[in-house]
Amino acid sequence: MIFSIVITGAPYSSQASASALQFSRSALKLGHSIHRVFFYADGVHSGSALAAPPQDETNIPAEWAELAREHELDLVVCIAAAVRRGVLDENEARRYEKKGHNLSPNFNLSGLGQLVEAGILSDRVVTFGA
Amino acid sequence: MSDNKKSFLIINRKAPYGSSAARDALDVALTISVFEQPLSLLFIEDGVLQLLPEHNAAAIGQKNLSANLAMLEMYDIDQLYVCSQALEQRGVRPADIKLNITLLDQRGIAALIKQQDQVLSF
Repeated sequence: MIFSIVITGAPYSSQASASALQFSRSALKLGHSIHRVFFYADGVHSGSALAAPPQDETNIPAEWAELAREHELDLVVCIAAAVRRGVLDENEARRYEKKGHNLSPNFNLSGLGQLVEAGILSDRVVTFGA
Repeated sequence: MSDNKKSFLIINRKAPYGSSAARDALDVALTISVFEQPLSLLFIEDGVLQLLPEHNAAAIGQKNLSANLAMLEMYDIDQLYVCSQALEQRGVRPADIKLNITLLDQRGIAALIKQQDQVLSF
């Protein structure tokens, strides 16, 4: 089955992103595919390369990046939700004249159309909310 | 894309202000409509409060959501379903809602969800 995943909860404040990671790993292990993971609302913080959790806690952005590398996952962060919350790639940092950018290299900023397209092309969309 | 249609249901669970959920859901609804996919909106729990008219959002420094709700009609989003139990629990009369809605009980909600290809919950 082709899944897509939507995450709207912030990492560490809510379990959404951590649960979505576990769900995705299990689905891939069972031979399913994941068309896209879409980070929306507070979920955009899962794309921050600057997260520095204590060493005995899961580094959620790093785990997503690793899973994406292993399985060539398409990790898309909603651009409107992200720039509002200060999650920027190099282009957006330049556009808004910010000194730094923090989007992890395994993630891409894009629009809500990517969420709808994922819904059209996937058998199931599973939302992990706050 | 025309032979590749999916029916979408957006479930609205949260109050209009206090979190970004209502606005996020509305933005997704408008995008689904741009992609010309069949779309229904279901309002349950505190989500039914999104439908009340005359929000005074400026008083709390927020953008008014009612203006966006008025856009639903413009985008031909007219399949609006509301949990009758949620209205009753919150003392909202169906007549207070100025949009064209269909009331559903728990069984009707289950049937609506079952009909959909994709369900998104906010």
